[in-house]
Amino acid sequence: MTDPPLTVDDVSAALAANSYLADEGLTTTIFLALALRRPLLLEGEAGVGKTEVAKVLSRWTGGELIRLQCYEGIDVSQAVYDWDYSRQLLHLRAAEASGEALGAGTAALEGQLYDERFLLKRALLRALTPVPGPPPVLLIDEIDRADDEFEAYLLEVLSDFQITVPELGVFRAERPPIVVLTSNRTRDVHDALKRRCLYHWVEHPTFEREVEIVRMRVPHVTLGLTRQVAAAVESLRSLHLYKPPGVAETIDWATALGRLGLTQLTEASVNATLGAVLKYREDVERVQQHGIADLVKHAFERGMLPA
Amino acid sequence: MTSPWPSPHDADRSSDPTIEDAETIATAFARVLRGLAIAVPIGNVLAFTEALGAVGIDQRSRVYWAARATLVRRPEDVPLFDRAFAVFWESRTGDEPTLEEELQRITIAMDTDDSDDDDGSDPDAADADDDPTIQLRFSATEVLRQKDFGAYSDDELRLAQQLMAQLRFVGQPRHSLRLVPATRHHRRPDLRRTVHASLRAGGEPVERHWREPGQRMRRMVLLLDVSGSMEPYARALLRFVQAAVAGRQKVEAFAMGTRLTRITKELGSRDPDQALRLASSRVSDWSGGTRLGETLRRFNDEWGVRGMARGAIVIVLSDGWDRGDPQLLADQMQRLQRITHELVWVNPLKVTPGYAPLARGMAAALPYVDHFVEGHSMAAMEELARVVSGAATRTTNRKGNGHA
Repeated sequence: MTDPPLTVDDVSAALAANSYLADEGLTTTIFLALALRRPLLLEGEAGVGKTEVAKVLSRWTGGELIRLQCYEGIDVSQAVYDWDYSRQLLHLRAAEASGEALGAGTAALEGQLYDERFLLKRALLRALTPVPGPPPVLLIDEIDRADDEFEAYLLEVLSDFQITVPELGVFRAERPPIVVLTSNRTRDVHDALKRRCLYHWVEHPTFEREVEIVRMRVPHVTLGLTRQVAAAVESLRSLHLYKPPGVAETIDWATALGRLGLTQLTEASVNATLGAVLKYREDVERVQQHGIADLVKHAFERGMLPA
Repeated sequence: MTSPWPSPHDADRSSDPTIEDAETIATAFARVLRGLAIAVPIGNVLAFTEALGAVGIDQRSRVYWAARATLVRRPEDVPLFDRAFAVFWESRTGDEPTLEEELQRITIAMDTDDSDDDDGSDPDAADADDDPTIQLRFSATEVLRQKDFGAYSDDELRLAQQLMAQLRFVGQPRHSLRLVPATRHHRRPDLRRTVHASLRAGGEPVERHWREPGQRMRRMVLLLDVSGSMEPYARALLRFVQAAVAGRQKVEAFAMGTRLTRITKELGSRDPDQALRLASSRVSDWSGGTRLGETLRRFNDEWGVRGMARGAIVIVLSDGWDRGDPQLLADQMQRLQRITHELVWVNPLKVTPGYAPLARGMAAALPYVDHFVEGHSMAAMEELARVVSGAATRTTNRKGNGHA
């Protein structure tokens, strides 16, 4: 990888080079997260590209992407470490069979069992284990799904970047990982955790930026069609749908239409491909009520290239 | 090999504000935000100072984003933050006095009426219900003072509050992914405990242990209608909601009027009186109009469907009077029912002799309600506790409805 970024512009260029177009706010916040070595907390609607930030950071820095998907009930044995009990048992049996167990005291036997080779490192511990090369990128996805207690534990880890395994001692990263947390805001993340982090609310991209993003991801789709698709998605987002389409859906839709060999949005093709953007039957009905002809007409006007 | 990212010292290279500069700016701006009731802990001010060191203090947008990333923690605070920042930045680059002026103006505009003295004994309260049209009121104190809980006096209300605090809403638990030690033979071995036990036996796994899925408490979401028609009941029901929030984990509470207000944090205070005061001042649309469908949609969009209501017990406390489109309410109820474990509707008017759910909103919502219960008295609240605890059978068949 190239030398580290020192300015906001470097970050912006590096993100773009890795196919991620961020607005100034997100770029500045990412820059700060790197410069201040603070965890980055991203909140926003589903499908605005929160998780993608971590992936891009990993591609860019060359650090391994370590992902921790949170869910209700997640605990230390799934997020930090666990002991490989089956192998421990086997080891005990072997020791017993060879008569070693009789000779050695219980304490010595226990010492053998709690050795690093029986330790199963989960995402958090892996992220804090020193590695040669660039530090890993730790993605803690959908933190709002985990329980409060887990959040409190996470807070501790993110403050000191160290984890204590009682039987072995302290694991500490020489260089802390780059940490990205995402939340869909199904509940409020605890204030103490937010205080530790840099916070950014990720919005849907503006029309022009979305066009750029789609162009970058599906370059074979014509510019005219891309602009019309972005315009149509923009209108869809204003229709109070249950699930307003995210950037991922825009890309899917453009890809689908491109695959059909289209260069212009048509009423029939929109009707046929609406499933790529809308994921609820009610949403499809609402859009049909609103009028697909209208949607297409508006998309043509909005998508017109400035003279 | 160079370090893969900048050391903190590298950051200073991008521009050269003196530390004092950044510190002064950070502290001054934090003070402005605190004046606008945005909580800014000292740790964040330090982070902001550091961030300013990294981005410089010359470019407005850089300073803006540095401030926003370090000081704002909720999207709701952004508009207020934006105004404060605009004022702050202009005053820093322009002349000083505008800051004070502007700030004062903003502070006044933002000031919500405190309801410290809601003794509820206003004689004007009597005529509040005479007018069937929705009454618009502008002062929270004024409106709150006029609320009476049917025939309840204040003392009775206080007593009721104590009784409500004793109600327990446990609800049916659900299975957790987490495995807990089992007391009996089970499919899944507990290797951890087996290993521990075998150590005592010199390595022989004589004693076997097992695990089974644990149980977790379901989330409970309370949606309290605070519109004009609910006026006689909203005050008492708010106490009920407060007791529920304070007495149990995993409870969320919202006030539904012309808008949706989340009041969980406010009601979480240990001191019930303070909790009620905080929540009352947070809700700005007491006894306003009723737009049940619209507010329910906001709940679904912003909280419920995103995850809060999934597998939860959702309790709507409302008389079902809705001036909006009944179809919208029906759609939203259906949507909510699909993701909840149980959807309960508490209607204080249900007890009225000859009551039939004629209110358009109520009629539209009823097909999607699992339990329809009364909500006018302590006895009704006890019944509600019983229903939530799973003692009552549902009035609806979940599989059958909504797909006509």
